[in-house]
Amino acid sequence: MSPKEPDEKRPLQKLMDNPWLLLTLGILIPTLSYTVWGWIELWLLPAATLP
Amino acid sequence: MASAVESLPILGNHPTDQVRACDTTSLPVCLTAQKFIKLHAVAAVVFLLIGGIAALALGLTRWPAVHLLDAKWYYRLLTLHGLNMLIFWILNFEIAVLYFAGSVLLNSRLASKSAAWIGLLLMVVGAITVDAAIFGGKSDVLMTSYVPLKASPWFYLGIILVAVGALVGVINYFATIYIAKRDRTYTGSVPLVVFGATAAAIIAVVTLLHGAVVMIPTLLWSMGVIPSVDPAWYRITWWGLGHMSQQVNVCAMVSIWYLLGTLTVGSKPLNQAVCRGAFVLYILFINLASAHHLLVDPGVGSGWKIWNTSYAMYLAVLASMIHGFTVPASVEVAMRKKGFNRGLFGWLANAPWRNPGFAGFFLSLVIFGFGGGITGVTLGTQQINIMAHNTLRIPGHFHVTVVGGTTLAFMAITYYIVPLIFQKDFYAKALCRLQPYLFGGGITLMALGMSFAGSYGVPRRHWDIEFTGGQFATGFDAGAHVMLGIMGIGAVIAFLGLLLYCLLVVAAVFFGRPIHGKAMEAWNEEPRGQMDSAEVDDHRTPGTLVLVIVFLTTFAVYYFANWMWLSDLWEVR
Amino acid sequence: MSIYSPPEGWLQAPKGPERIWIGLALTWCIVMSLAMPYWHFYGKQNSSGESYRVSAVDFGARVRQFAEANKVGEEAGIPIVEIPPGGDGYLLARMWSFYPVLKMKKGQTYRLHISSMDLQHGFSLQPLNMNFQVLPGYDHVLTITPTSTGVFPIICNEFCGIGHHMMTGRIIVE
Repeated sequence: MSPKEPDEKRPLQKLMDNPWLLLTLGILIPTLSYTVWGWIELWLLPAATLP
Repeated sequence: MASAVESLPILGNHPTDQVRACDTTSLPVCLTAQKFIKLHAVAAVVFLLIGGIAALALGLTRWPAVHLLDAKWYYRLLTLHGLNMLIFWILNFEIAVLYFAGSVLLNSRLASKSAAWIGLLLMVVGAITVDAAIFGGKSDVLMTSYVPLKASPWFYLGIILVAVGALVGVINYFATIYIAKRDRTYTGSVPLVVFGATAAAIIAVVTLLHGAVVMIPTLLWSMGVIPSVDPAWYRITWWGLGHMSQQVNVCAMVSIWYLLGTLTVGSKPLNQAVCRGAFVLYILFINLASAHHLLVDPGVGSGWKIWNTSYAMYLAVLASMIHGFTVPASVEVAMRKKGFNRGLFGWLANAPWRNPGFAGFFLSLVIFGFGGGITGVTLGTQQINIMAHNTLRIPGHFHVTVVGGTTLAFMAITYYIVPLIFQKDFYAKALCRLQPYLFGGGITLMALGMSFAGSYGVPRRHWDIEFTGGQFATGFDAGAHVMLGIMGIGAVIAFLGLLLYCLLVVAAVFFGRPIHGKAMEAWNEEPRGQMDSAEVDDHRTPGTLVLVIVFLTTFAVYYFANWMWLSDLWEVR
Repeated sequence: MSIYSPPEGWLQAPKGPERIWIGLALTWCIVMSLAMPYWHFYGKQNSSGESYRVSAVDFGARVRQFAEANKVGEEAGIPIVEIPPGGDGYLLARMWSFYPVLKMKKGQTYRLHISSMDLQHGFSLQPLNMNFQVLPGYDHVLTITPTSTGVFPIICNEFCGIGHHMMTGRIIVE
C-alpha cells in the first residue's frame, strides 16, 4: 500500500472505523449466504417419487 | 500512544459522582457500568457452577466403568449442562466484557442504566425459567431441542427471555459506543480491545435475531397454536443461534487475549491494521460456518454446504490464524524488550507463568489454536464430516474451543476483574496460580479422550454404548472404553479446576479484603531469568514464527490424514 | 497497547514475520479451499444431501412394500430384505429401531432412501463410522456402494427420547 497524507483516511480505515457499516454487513452477509440460501434450498425441494 | 488517553480529562461524559479513577491503571470506571459488570459476572459464575456440577455427573456417566446417572437423568442433565454453559455462563460474562470495553476503555458512561437492568433481569429470569422447566421433567430435549422433540413452553419462553435480555445488553453497548463518539470521550480510532468487543456485539445481534426467528414459532407450536415446525428449517435457523453464539465467544476470547497480553506483560499489537482486519473477516464470514452442523443433512445441497462451511474460502480461518500469530508475537516482542532476549524461547520460558491471568491466557491460546482450530476446520469439511457427525469427536472439538479456549480465557481475566472492578483481594493466591493449569489440563485430557473415542464411532449424547435392550447386539472395542475412561478422568480434573475457580472467586468477591486507594497487588513475580540488553526491533518474533510453523505442519498432517481415512470408507454421494 | 486508541496512521501494511505468516496462512487457506470441490468431483465419499419431500405415511407404505417384495430372510423378528443390484432400497428409522435389515452386494451401487417416521434420528454405520442425518418429512437418498463385506451394525446417534441408546439396525453385505 502506498503511503497517503495522514489526514486522508483510506477506505479500509473508514470501513473499520464505522461500526454501523460493519453491523450492516455483518448481518446481511451471513443471513443471505447461510440462512436465506438455506431456506431457499428447502423451499425448492421436489416431492419424492419413491421409485 | 498512552498520551492519547492521559491527555483526556478523567470525566469524559460521566456525571461527576458517577465515575472513579482506577487505582491501578488510571482508567476511568463508570460506576453504573461497574455495577452491571459485577452483577453479570456473578450471574455468570452461578450458571458456570450449575453447568459444572452437571458436567461432572455426565463425565462420570459416559465413563462406562462408572455409569453414574440413569438414562433419564443423563439426558436431563445433558440438557441443563449445554444451556447453562453455552448460553447462560458465557453470554452473561460477555455482556460484562462489553460493558467494560464500551465504557472504561472509551472513557464513557454506560448509555442506559434502565436498559442494563432490563437486560440483566430478562437474562436471569429467563435462565431460571429454563432450568426450572428442565427440572420439571418435560423438557428432556437437549440444548438443541430439535423438533419434533417437544419441550414445555416454559423452556422455549425462558430461552427467548435470555436472548431478548442479551440483545438489550448488546444494544446498550452500541448506544454506549455511539455516545462515546458523539461526546468525543476519545480521539482517533477505538482501542483494539473495543474493536474486538464490537465484532463480538455485531455477531451477537445476528445470533439473537436468528434465535428470535426460530424460537418464537417453536414456542407457539409447543403451545399448540401452530400445527408444526419443519425440522430441516428448524435446524438451519437454530444453528444461526447456536453456532453464531460461539463466534461471539471467539471474538470475545480473542479480545481478552489482547487485553491480557497488555495487562500481564505490557504487550502491544504489532500491526493494528492486521489485527483489526482479522476481526473484520470474522464479522463478514465467520457465521457462514454454522453450516458445518448440517453437512450430512438432507435438504441442503453440496454447493450451499461447501461454500458456507468453508467460511468463504477460509477467510475467517485466515483471521484466526492471524490472531494465532499476532497474539503470541506481541507477547514475544514485549518480553524481548524487557530483556528476555535469549534464543528462540527465552521470552516464553521467562513469561509470568505464575500469574494466573497470563497462564490462563496463554493456555487458552494454545489449546484453542492447536486443539480447537485444527480439529474444527478438519471436521467441518463436508466430506470428512461423514466420519465425524454426531460422534464424540464433535464434543471433543468444541470442549477445546469453547471451554479450553473461551472459558479458560474468561477465567484468566477474572483474576483482574476481581481486584480492578470488584476491588477485592483474592485469598489463597497459590491456589489461584494453580487453577488455570488444573482446568486447562483437565479439559485437554477430557477432550482427547472424547476425540479418540469418537474416532472409534462412539456416539455423542448417548447413555449406553453397550446398547443394552437393543434389537441387534453391538458395541465398541476395548480401546474405545479406555478412551472414555480417560475422558472421565479428565472431566473430574476439569471439574476440580472449575470448582476451585468458583470458590476462589466467591471467597474474594463476598469475603475478600477490599482494595481501595491503592493499586492491586501484581500477580507477576520478580523475574529470575537471564536478561539481555540488546536492542529489540518491533518485529523480531522468531520464537512465534517457529510455533506457528509447527502449528501449520500439525494442521496439514492432521488434515490430510483425515482425507486419507475418509477414502477407506464405502463410496457414497 | 490494546487498551488505548492507536496513534494516527495506524493503517499500515504488514511487514516482517507477520507478512510471511499471512502469506503462508493464505496459501494454506487456498489449498483447503480446493480440497472440498476437488473431492466433490473426483472423490468417492460425498454428502450431497440429495433429498425429496415425503410424508411419513407414504414413506412407511413404500418401505413395507419394498420389504415384502424383496424379503430373503428374517432376524430378531425383522425381515432381511435384499436391495436389487443397482436399484432403490428403503430404510426407515423410528423410535427405537431401524427397519428392515438390508442386504447388499459388495461393489454394487444402490440408491438408499432413508427417512424417519417420527423424530430426528442419526444413521451411523459401524464400524466404518459413516454418519448421516435422518429427518421426518425428508427422503434422504444416499447413492452408496459397499466396498467391504460383513455384518454392519447401524446405531442411532441423534437423540430421540428415552430409548435412544437402544436403537440399532443392521446391514449385511456379501
